Amino acid sequence: MSFDATHADSQRVMVAPPPEARVLDVKGLDFFYGTHQALYGVDLPVARHQITALIGPSGCGKSTLLRTLNRIYDLYPGQRAAGEITFEGENVLNEKDVTRLRARIGMVFQRPTPFPMSIYDNIAFGVRLYRKVAKADMDVIVERALTRAALWDEVKDKLTQSGLGLSGGQQQRLCVARGIAVEPEILLLDEPASALDPLSTAKLETALLELKSSFTIVIVTHNLQQGARLSDYTGFMLLGRMIEFRPSSEAFVKPETEAMRDYVTGRYG
Amino acid sequence: MIAADSSRHARRQAINFVFVALTSLATAIALAALVLILASLVAKGFGGLNGAVFTQDTPGAGSDVGTGGLRNALVGSLIMCLIGMAVAVVLGVLAGTWLAEYGNGRQLADVVRFLNDVLLSAPSILVGLFAYQALVVPLHGGSALAGGLALALLATPVVTRTTEDILRLQSAQLREAGMALGAAKGYVIRAIIWRASRTGLVTGGLLGFARISGETAPLIFTSAGNQFFSLNLMQPMASLPYSIFQFALSADDNWRRLAWVGALVIAAAVLTANIVGRALAKGRAT
Repeated sequence: MSFDATHADSQRVMVAPPPEARVLDVKGLDFFYGTHQALYGVDLPVARHQITALIGPSGCGKSTLLRTLNRIYDLYPGQRAAGEITFEGENVLNEKDVTRLRARIGMVFQRPTPFPMSIYDNIAFGVRLYRKVAKADMDVIVERALTRAALWDEVKDKLTQSGLGLSGGQQQRLCVARGIAVEPEILLLDEPASALDPLSTAKLETALLELKSSFTIVIVTHNLQQGARLSDYTGFMLLGRMIEFRPSSEAFVKPETEAMRDYVTGRYG
Repeated sequence: MIAADSSRHARRQAINFVFVALTSLATAIALAALVLILASLVAKGFGGLNGAVFTQDTPGAGSDVGTGGLRNALVGSLIMCLIGMAVAVVLGVLAGTWLAEYGNGRQLADVVRFLNDVLLSAPSILVGLFAYQALVVPLHGGSALAGGLALALLATPVVTRTTEDILRLQSAQLREAGMALGAAKGYVIRAIIWRASRTGLVTGGLLGFARISGETAPLIFTSAGNQFFSLNLMQPMASLPYSIFQFALSADDNWRRLAWVGALVIAAAVLTANIVGRALAKGRAT
């Protein structure tokens, strides 16, 4: 099965959540690594308190798309985005204060990134960036964040120990806890389970499903089963384009585009 | 056909044998030099070691063998090395951080890195001359401060280099994770990246210390000229390498004993700093 850009442009399906349900709305997003264009007019409507999964073969632009949403690509000169990412009434791409933006949109990475400090301080780190919190209040915030990330029972007796001493799966849930401790609106996850064993993956997924009631989640995944299990909406990307975006219940059962059908049935990817 | 192959094989084996023998020989020669130096230091220095070495000051010429010590020189060396390290760690860590975190892709960074490498291998006598012109001449006389700053000039490039290398080992994702929480770049570097690299940074400091603790040339021009115990930073100050240099050239038996002892002490200090530095670096890798 070969697939080229003309083909990608010819066949697209978009079944978006209603506008009033969207907390973030990407429209016509182009992205460039220097002169290389990585995203072409991508749309991504993100529904509030739902899990949106981004799938597609390696290099299709899923992670790139995710990295525009909190402007983390800003760190690298030469990377730029054009288009519209509407969040809380403003275009994220024009936001001057990325600090505030990143407090509202948290991120968890492919490899666990615990900071070289205690489990407690890992959680407190982000909170302290934004407000002065008394020790007693911080204790409550830390416990709450760890509980919601389904990690509290495993670490409650060793909060002062280094976060680096935890297992990979625990570290990843620690990163989730750290992300939600600042109470963001949206949590972005970039293949969070790709370095985890199945049991750790299951625990992480359980935690994410619990978090859905309070946070909006966008997750990039290579694992189609994971996408199907977790997500409410699925976006299938190919060659920097959003090819098919639909409620997951329909998308995985009966993909409408030939490209997604081939991908889901394992014919390429 | 088989005959041709086996002769080829024999030839290759012979070449291989010669090559292994040459590399082994070179290694043996290098190691032998080190072992000989250490062995003669221990043989000639260890016997002269006594409590007085650390509690008494350098004796005058013609003193009895076994009397007097190196206290003033040891303290002087320690003070000047501390001045040197204090300056070198601050400058080196900041410069290395700039190179690793902010200089990326900038031409200025390439220039700075190149100049730093030049400084890294600059002859220490030139550094001494520079310090003489820059500090001793304007202040109308040598001083411990000038000596310490000359040593700083030697240690700074070492610390800069190791700092840059160590910081580059930290993953981009760790930096991104800090920034993704909304922390400013400078804060991420100070609170996360430095902390994650701390053993490596200590290693860089120890290597810098090892570099300067035996240096004599920079001190000849800057702080030499005091035989007595002194804590005054604005006056010349005795130092271990310079005392060794002076005593070793003399015909005085007691002075020559102290020269060997002093050399042993310095070698032990440098060896310890290097071993601890490397052990820390290894511990960080696991």
